[in-house]
Amino acid sequence: MEGLSAVFRKELQDHFSSFRFAILFALIAMVSFITSYMAAMHLRGNLEGLSSTRFPFLMLFSTPGALFSMVQFVAFFGPLIGLVLGFDAINRERTQGTLIKVMSQPIYRDAVINGKFLAGVATISTMFVAILLVISGFGLAIVGIVPGVEEIWRIFIFLIISIFYVAFWLGLSILFSILLKNVATSALTSVALWIFLSFFVSLGAEAVADSVAPVDPKKDIRPEIVLKNAKVKRMVSLCSPMVLYSDATATIIDPMRKTTRSLVLMGPMEELLSSRFKNPLSLTQSILVVLPHIMVLIGITLFCFFISYLVFMLQEVRT
Amino acid sequence: MARQPIIETRDLTKTYGPYRAVSGLNIRVEAGEVFGFLGPNGAGKTTTLLMLLGLTRPSKGSASVCGLDPSRSPREIKKRVGYLPENVGFYGDMTAIESLQYVAALNGIPKETAHERMEELLQLVGLETDPRKRTGAFSRGMKQRLGVAEVLIKDPDVLFLDEPTLGLDPEGAIQLIDLIQSLNQNRGMTVLLSSHNLYQVQRISNRVGIMIDGSLVADGSIESLAEAKFGLGEKEYTLEEVYMKYFQEV
Repeated sequence: MEGLSAVFRKELQDHFSSFRFAILFALIAMVSFITSYMAAMHLRGNLEGLSSTRFPFLMLFSTPGALFSMVQFVAFFGPLIGLVLGFDAINRERTQGTLIKVMSQPIYRDAVINGKFLAGVATISTMFVAILLVISGFGLAIVGIVPGVEEIWRIFIFLIISIFYVAFWLGLSILFSILLKNVATSALTSVALWIFLSFFVSLGAEAVADSVAPVDPKKDIRPEIVLKNAKVKRMVSLCSPMVLYSDATATIIDPMRKTTRSLVLMGPMEELLSSRFKNPLSLTQSILVVLPHIMVLIGITLFCFFISYLVFMLQEVRT
Repeated sequence: MARQPIIETRDLTKTYGPYRAVSGLNIRVEAGEVFGFLGPNGAGKTTTLLMLLGLTRPSKGSASVCGLDPSRSPREIKKRVGYLPENVGFYGDMTAIESLQYVAALNGIPKETAHERMEELLQLVGLETDPRKRTGAFSRGMKQRLGVAEVLIKDPDVLFLDEPTLGLDPEGAIQLIDLIQSLNQNRGMTVLLSSHNLYQVQRISNRVGIMIDGSLVADGSIESLAEAKFGLGEKEYTLEEVYMKYFQEV
């Protein structure tokens, strides 16, 4: 345990004092503040004249400001934080000759990788907590709304999901830093995979869906074909962690949403629910709707770290 | 009196696919000895050291260091063995003190003890004037000396030094060799020294082992090796002559 805490403290110190972290943090903090400021201004206009909205505070995060909402922003650029924190975790130490030095000290071998991963997660968590607190402060000051207990819970759950989401990318980039000897290669590979999974999968999903179940507007549109098309599209696009994250946070941050499925794919009960009842879902119901998404997200994060762990433990020290 | 061997290997073998890095190595190093580990580049010396530390698993055979099996209790061994790798690396943005502190923390040495020891060690290796300098700005010789200080902070019983004088200027190399000798004589540390600098090895080693292509071709005191190759005579052979003789025969 001594080894783990020593590596953890050292890595944490490195993250917080590193230049690249400072730049990234500044960038993300700035965009988040601007987004939520816009959202807040927008919100103030909307709230005037309304007698009572149920969850005004959450709208700070879910209302698009200028371009996108805070949640969308994290979905898009959150991965970058994870990648930047992890892409050179192991291979840099290997090339500069510090890995062998650290491993010849009386520590367990996994202390190195555990310490690095945990320090990354701690950095990510600190960053999110700081940003969420400041945005909440904005909300209090500008709009003058006070979060209710349930809203605080929802923000807390959103925070946990976001940390896991970014930790997935951290784990992935650490995996690349173990597999690839060159720092530049591992950085490029992780960025390439990020772009692929975040942007190309949704394009690919459409292509796959159209080839499996082509919907031709010129001919008569059969409902089962449309349904199949939508199903395939959804299935493929769920391969993207970004879609997974967006869905997992959807009902948490927006209690009015009853489902993450599109209109086409809704079951009869879901359709009835969303058209007839204008009340928000309770917190437990909201969680239940996206529980599979949350579980999968946590699952792939742990799986990704587990693979890195295994590869690191089995790899030769000197390669 | 038969002394306890502090390092012992039995048919220690390491293969990477078809390539045999170390094959059937048998060495014995007794406590308090300075053992010179010689051989050309790629002979398997570093691989042997890594196996002795439990950082690499042997493909066959076994080893014991301080009475422990490296494959089973690497942590216990690493508590008692200080290893200075060839081309030891440092975190460039850390100062000498910070780097030492990190190694001390990895060894679980309490802060107060570490602090006392650090000052003493920096003095010993001659870095007491630049404790706040970043290691990124260190010269090769300074890095090597800091490396030695880091190895000593755990107060080891055994030292594994892999090419410690490589790339040092003559003066620096002599100072380092003197330091190693004094650690052996004054603190009773057993030293396993791998080096290409035969003159320096001859100065401080009690015994040498010559490793070529993964096998140990010679093992003994310099005089006994000379005797085996050149026969008894008046002439005192240098290690260099002995080494070349063995090398040519393989």
